[in-house]
Amino acid sequence: MSVGFVMLVHGDVARAGQVARHLAAQGAPVVIHLDKRMSEAEIAPLRRRLTGMERVVFSERHACEWGSWGLTRATQEAAALLLRRFAGVDRVFLTSGACMPLRPVAELEAFLKDHPDTDFIESASTADVPWAVGGLHDERFKFFFPVSWKKRRGLFDAAVRLQRRLGLRRTLPDGLVPHMGSQWWCLTRETLTRILTDPRRERFDRFFRWVWIPDESYFQSLARRHARKLQSRSLTLTKFDFQGKPHIFYDDHFELLRDSGFFFARKIWPGAEALYARFLSAKPPLARPERESPGRVARVFDRARARRTEGRPGLYMQSSFPHGFLNAQKTPGPYAVFSGFDDVFPEFQDWAARSAGQHAHGHLFAPNRAEFAGGGRVYDGALSDNARLRDYNPKAFLTNVLWNAQERPHSFLHGPEDKQDIADFFAQDARAHVFVITGAWAISLCATGQTAQELRTQAAWLQKTEARFLDRLHNRDTQAQIHIWTLAEFLARPMDRLQGVLEDIATPQLRRLTEVPRLADLSRLPQFLQDLKNMGMHPYLTGDFAEGMAEVVTDAERITAAGNG
Amino acid sequence: MRKSSELEAVHIRTSRIRDEDILCCATLRNELDRLPYFLKYYRELGIGHFLIVDNGSDDGSTEYLAQQADVSLWSTGASYKAARFGMDWMNRLLSRYGHNHWTLTVDPDEFFVYPFCDSRDLRALTHWLDASSIRSFSAMLLDLYPRAAVGETRYVPGQDPVAATGWFDAGNYTIKRNELYGNLWIQGGVRARTLFTEDPYRAPALNKIPLVKWHRRNVYVSSTHSLLPRGLNRVYDEWGGEKASGVLLHTKFLDVFETKAREEIDRQQHYADGFEYRAYADRLRQRPSFWCDMSERYSGWQQLDSLGLMSRGNWA
Repeated sequence: MSVGFVMLVHGDVARAGQVARHLAAQGAPVVIHLDKRMSEAEIAPLRRRLTGMERVVFSERHACEWGSWGLTRATQEAAALLLRRFAGVDRVFLTSGACMPLRPVAELEAFLKDHPDTDFIESASTADVPWAVGGLHDERFKFFFPVSWKKRRGLFDAAVRLQRRLGLRRTLPDGLVPHMGSQWWCLTRETLTRILTDPRRERFDRFFRWVWIPDESYFQSLARRHARKLQSRSLTLTKFDFQGKPHIFYDDHFELLRDSGFFFARKIWPGAEALYARFLSAKPPLARPERESPGRVARVFDRARARRTEGRPGLYMQSSFPHGFLNAQKTPGPYAVFSGFDDVFPEFQDWAARSAGQHAHGHLFAPNRAEFAGGGRVYDGALSDNARLRDYNPKAFLTNVLWNAQERPHSFLHGPEDKQDIADFFAQDARAHVFVITGAWAISLCATGQTAQELRTQAAWLQKTEARFLDRLHNRDTQAQIHIWTLAEFLARPMDRLQGVLEDIATPQLRRLTEVPRLADLSRLPQFLQDLKNMGMHPYLTGDFAEGMAEVVTDAERITAAGNG
Repeated sequence: MRKSSELEAVHIRTSRIRDEDILCCATLRNELDRLPYFLKYYRELGIGHFLIVDNGSDDGSTEYLAQQADVSLWSTGASYKAARFGMDWMNRLLSRYGHNHWTLTVDPDEFFVYPFCDSRDLRALTHWLDASSIRSFSAMLLDLYPRAAVGETRYVPGQDPVAATGWFDAGNYTIKRNELYGNLWIQGGVRARTLFTEDPYRAPALNKIPLVKWHRRNVYVSSTHSLLPRGLNRVYDEWGGEKASGVLLHTKFLDVFETKAREEIDRQQHYADGFEYRAYADRLRQRPSFWCDMSERYSGWQQLDSLGLMSRGNWA
C-alpha cells in the first residue's frame, strides 16, 4: 500500500513547501500544482526549498480562479502525472497548501490497507440533499457559469437571473448523476484511472467547464460512475461557517485536531507556529489519541454558527443589538410582572420568593429607587438602584437585571405609582407573564387611614394611569401572556387565582398551592369605595362589588385564618 | 489641512512600514510612566509600527519615543481640543500611512483584548477579518479600577496596568442607536454609576471601533466612536446574532490619574469644557473607591465573552 499526494497551492508557499517536504520525507511522492496567478518571485522560495527532493514533482501550471474549471483541470493533470511517474502509488490523496497532515503517512497507509479498493470521497446526490451554502444548488448544473463570482459578482448574478428567467436547463450528459461534496478526496488508482480515461471524458469535461464550482462536483459525480466501494466521507477535516467559507485552525485547536480522527485538516492559519511545529515534527511521532472525538469538532463549530446567527437571547451588547419588531427574544428567560398583588397581599414579594420559587424583586420601577431582590443598593453586574440611572434607559435597565442573573426566574412588582415607560417593553416580550389585579391600589389608599375626600385626586390619578397601562396591554402588538382580573373578580376566588399563577410560572414541584399569603385588611374597603363614588370618583377598575362585598370580606377572613393556621 | 500642518515631524521611520504591517495610532501627553508597558503589550500582540503624536510632553516621553525603532513620532503644541481631541491628527496620519493596512487607534491607557487573544495575535485576527470581508472591528471601552480607593496604590512603570486596576462593572451598560451615523452609543460602567448619577446623559461614550482596515476615504468622526463611511459603524448584528468584537481595557484609574486629572482641568482640553474631569476632581478629592460588592475581577477574555461584554461571533 502506497499513497501519493496531489497538492494544490494558491498562496503561502512557505507552509506548502514545509508540508510537501514533510510528506516526501516519509517516502510519499508529492505532485505540486502552483496556481498560475502566483508570480515566479512568489514561488521561488518553494522551488528552492524542494530542490533535490526526488519525490516532489511540479505539474503544469493553470490559473485557478475560485469556483472555476481551472482548479479541476489542474487536479486532473497533476493526478495523471502522479500515476504516470510513480507506478507504485495505488492511492491518491488530494490536498492543498493550506492542509495540515495530522497523522503520519504510515498510519494513513495502514488505514487504507484496512479498506481495500475503497474510495474516500464525500459525494451527496444533489437530487436528495440540499447543500445550502451559496444559494445555488441544482442550478450549479442547470446553468452556464462563464464569469468569476469573486471578481465580477454583478455580472455573475445577472447571468444567473437571466438564465432563471429564460428557464434554461442544460442537458446532463448520459451516465452522469450530479453529486457534490468536499473537494478533498482520496481515490484508488483504479477509480482515478477510469475517471481520467473514461471514453466519454471529453463530453463530461465540456459539461463541467461551465458548471459552478466543479471542484466540488466533478470527481464527486464521476467517482459514483466508476468506484467499486465508495465511502462518502472525506479524510480531510474541513468545517464551513455560516457564510460557506472554511473555518481556520489555530494553535489553540491542537487537541481538537489531534483527537479528530481525521488524517488532514484545512485550513490552517499560516502563523500557527505551534501547530506546524507539533504536527510536522517527526520525532517523537504523535501518539495515537486515546479516544477519537470527532463530535467535539462539530460541537465547537456548530456553536460558533449558532452564536453568529442566533446569538444569546436577551443579550444586548456592542456587536449584537436586535431592535424593532424583528426582535422575538428580548430577554434570556421567562419572568413575571405582578400588578396589584402586593396591595391585596402585603407580603406578596416574600410569598413569590418562597412559594413560587421566584427571584422576587420589589417594585423595580418605583419612583425613588429600584427595589432589587435582597434589598441591596447595587445589584448583580454592579447595577445601581439609582432611579435616574434606571430611568435614563429603562429597557436597558430591565434587560440588564434579567441578563445579570439569568439562571433564576425573575418576578417584579408593578403598579400605577411606578414609572410606566417600561410597560411597552414587557408587553411586547413573549417571555413575560403579566398578572394584573385592577383597582387593587384602592386597598392601599384605604389603608392609609385618610378619608376618601383627601384621597380623591390621588385615586383618580392612579385609576387613569392604570387604565393607560391596561390599554397598553390590550394593544395588538402585545406578545406577553396577560392575565387580568378586577379586584372584585380576584377576591371572589383568590385561592384559585393564586393556584393559576403558580401553574403559569412555578417549576413543576411548586405548582400546588400550599401556602396562602396574608390578605390585607379589607374591612373598611366597601365603605371607602362607596365614599369615592359618592364624591363622583367611580373606582370602576375595582370591578363590581355591588352584591356580596360583605361575603367577600368574610371569605377573605376565612382564607387569612387558613393561611395563618 | 491647516490643522495637520501643526504636526511637526520628530523622528519619522515610516519607510520601515511593510505592506503587511498592522499600525498602531496614538496621541499622548506626558505618559512616560505608561509607555514601556504600552509598547511592549502591543508589540507582543503583533503591531508592526507605531504612529504617535506627542501633544507637548515635558516628562521625557518625546525622547523615550524617539529612541524606539518601530515608532514614528510627530509633535504638536497646538490645542488638543481645537484638533477635535486629537482626531484631526489621527485622521491625517491614517490617511497618509494607513491605506490598505489594518490600523488600531488607541490611547496609552487602553489595552485591546479580543476573543482568543491569549493564543492568536493581531495578524491572525486581521487575517480572519480579511477572509470574512469584515473591515472594522468594535471594542467597547471597559473602565477598570483598583480594589482600594483611587490614589492609594502606587503604579511602577513597566507594571501591567490591567493587574494594577483589575476590577470592572459587568452589567450596567446602556445602548442606543445613533441614527445619523448608524453606530451604537454605549454608556454606563463605573463612571456612570458613581460620577454621573445626576446626569446619566453626560456619562462618557464607551462604544469604540479602534481596529479598521484603513482606506484613504475613511475618516474618524468623533474620537474612535464612529467613522465614515457609515458602513464601518455596522459592527453589530441587528437580528439577534452576534458579530465578533473585543474590549479596550481602560486603565485610566491608576494612581497617576489624580495628578493627571488636575492637569487636564487646568488645561480645559477635554470634552464639555472638562466637565467630566471636574466631576472626577470633585470626587477624587474625597479619595473615593469605585469598588463595590458587585464589582467583577478581571480574569481574561473568556470572562468578557461569557458575560456578554464582547463576543467571539463565528470565530471559533
